Amino acid sequence: MVSDDAATPVGAPLIVPITVEEHLRTARHAVRAAAQRLKLRLVDQTKLVTAASELARNCYIHAGGGELTIEEVVRDDHCRGIRLTFEDSGPGIPDPEAALLDGFSTGGGLGHGLGGARRLMDEFTITTSVTPPTGTAIVATRWVR
Amino acid sequence: MSQTQIPILRIGQLLLAGLPNELDDLTTAQFGEELAERLVSDGARGVLLDISKLEIMDSYAARMLTEIAATARLLGARVVVAGMQPAVAITLVELGLQLPGVGTAMSTEHALDLLTNDRSTTGGEAGHRVHPG
Repeated sequence: MVSDDAATPVGAPLIVPITVEEHLRTARHAVRAAAQRLKLRLVDQTKLVTAASELARNCYIHAGGGELTIEEVVRDDHCRGIRLTFEDSGPGIPDPEAALLDGFSTGGGLGHGLGGARRLMDEFTITTSVTPPTGTAIVATRWVR
Repeated sequence: MSQTQIPILRIGQLLLAGLPNELDDLTTAQFGEELAERLVSDGARGVLLDISKLEIMDSYAARMLTEIAATARLLGARVVVAGMQPAVAITLVELGLQLPGVGTAMSTEHALDLLTNDRSTTGGEAGHRVHPG
């Protein structure tokens, strides 16, 4: 699995546990704060926070919880961004490609929200294992435009 | 557990509520149940939800709104959401979500116009938009 980007973290990462439902709100607020620090435009903030909300809920519902790491990153071309890493030790995603495809046309948000979250981010990498069930890591980055 | 109580007001045959800047799962589910009960107990024909404060709508919140509208329709009422922020609309579309069966209006004024005129607001996939004029 290729790393999602060749970006270097700036400063210390912020780690947000996702173990109870209230943490979904905590995660959204932490991502919003990071987006505001980087002065993302409102629509880009909204996309980033919405993607974070989708991925945090997946982590909570499908994997019984996990951890979100929020990092400010910088690319070689000085472009800055926010990298979100969701890690869980849940059962894994059996068919990540299919999971990324579903939900687009259901209209009701009945899928995983994975495809939607990927569309809202610039970089998106899923590393998952079902056998053995060593969990899932999703790394997603949105660059400052 | 922070419990946001969302007041539901009745004016004539309409129920009105303003949603907060963010919807957590429990609040949304409780609100949906309370709204359904109020529709029946108040004999309301329409629901106006002011969502102008709502800063984020993820797939869960979108699904809950769709379910609230579907429940209302079964109870003989229609739901119109008013004042969605542009950033929320853009994000919803990119997320691949629509709000089937939920009427949409640019403002509460236009939503009232929709709800008080005898026009179907729940036919379109993405609802109807009322333009001023």
